[in-house]
Amino acid sequence: MQRWANPTRFLKIAQAVRPWATAATIVCLAVGLVLGLGFSPPDYQQGDTVRIMYVHVPAAWMALFVYTSMAVASAVALIWRHPLADLAAKASAPIGAGFTVIALVTGSLWGQPTWGTWWVWDARLTSVLILLFLYLGYIALWEAIEDPQRAARATAILALVGFVNVPIIKFSVDWWNTLHQPASVLTTRGPTIHGSMLTPLLLMAVGFTLFYIAIVLTRIEREILARRIRALRLLASEEPAKVN
Amino acid sequence: MMRSLWALLHHDLRISLRQGNASTSVVVFFVLAVTLFPLGVGPEPQVLARIASGVVWAAALLAAMISLDRLFQADFEDGVLEQLCLAPTPLPAAVLAKALAHWLLTGLPLTLIAPVLAMALQMEGAGVVPLILGLALGTPVLSLVGAIGAGLTIGIRRGSVLLSLLVLPLFLPILIFGVGAVEAAINGLSARPHLLILGAMLLAAIVLAPLATAAALRANTE
Repeated sequence: MQRWANPTRFLKIAQAVRPWATAATIVCLAVGLVLGLGFSPPDYQQGDTVRIMYVHVPAAWMALFVYTSMAVASAVALIWRHPLADLAAKASAPIGAGFTVIALVTGSLWGQPTWGTWWVWDARLTSVLILLFLYLGYIALWEAIEDPQRAARATAILALVGFVNVPIIKFSVDWWNTLHQPASVLTTRGPTIHGSMLTPLLLMAVGFTLFYIAIVLTRIEREILARRIRALRLLASEEPAKVN
Repeated sequence: MMRSLWALLHHDLRISLRQGNASTSVVVFFVLAVTLFPLGVGPEPQVLARIASGVVWAAALLAAMISLDRLFQADFEDGVLEQLCLAPTPLPAAVLAKALAHWLLTGLPLTLIAPVLAMALQMEGAGVVPLILGLALGTPVLSLVGAIGAGLTIGIRRGSVLLSLLVLPLFLPILIFGVGAVEAAINGLSARPHLLILGAMLLAAIVLAPLATAAALRANTE
């Protein structure tokens, strides 16, 4: 694992991977959207409203996936003092918060015609709202602590504490009697939705994941460069003092 | 080890009893926050009885939260915290003692005064015992989980606002099950499952929260 801790090597790999991830994102999202919006059948109960699912479900998956990767990166950073894991967790948070907002907004837009209400306080919706607050608290803690080393450790602990919420979100539809429907793709009996809807859904999910990879690599790279600039500036401001 | 923890607990309790304001102001805040609701939503007994459990619990959450920023602040400022980090007593154990002191000064008085406020809000008699039991199980969790937030935000300017942003989302499950216990009893169901979940949260928090708090304190004092 320490092999990947070298920022220069990381930058090289990131720059090699990013164009491919970006291109694959565009292809997946384009094909997925065309299939989902144009060619998949309308639902027999929900009609065309069901097409919101092709954005809502992958965004909700990503909201959980990004938080999970943040927690894993934080654990790696705390245990092995891995310098890039800190940056990966920090870079992921705003993306995860974005996915959470997309999931909440599209869910609300879908809920109005289907359930007849924009919002209900059931377990799934409430726990996802808590997830958004956890993301926001994490970002706020990063901004509040000035010393990057200290901030990295404090936020890593917060990310791990907040991880309790992730299994609660996943299983909320099974533990409580919610208005939100239970899982229909990741079940032990195999997916319970038809292939004509499953294909675009999975394509969108892959597209969202690739999008996350492309963006997170860019953000980590930006953070590494920002730290280099800061280090160079500090060095430059110390130079004259040395001469004297 | 037990002796030094006892000394720590004794020290914390004595300081805030001598200063005499910490505990009282939390209780006064609690009473005032509850008083806002009859004045705000109107004094109709049916309305108040319907919202009583939620109001008492929400006010208890806020009252426990506003006292959190002082949990480690004084020790941080005068250097005691660094000594605790260096002391042979494990830091998580010291955190547990401090959280216990915090609970004795905030959670316990809140639990004791809550039935009076519940009566004032016309709560049905069946809900009072689950309310007390729920608060007795739930408020120590507030102190323990709140200690994590207090440890994370120590030494940050205007940290108390950030502290509420960090700990309130983590407090919500306690609110849900605490209110759930009262509502279940009022509706003729058993409050036991809700109280058992609160008990499970308390046990998990006693084990895990001091570890996380200690890690946060070490990160912030290095």
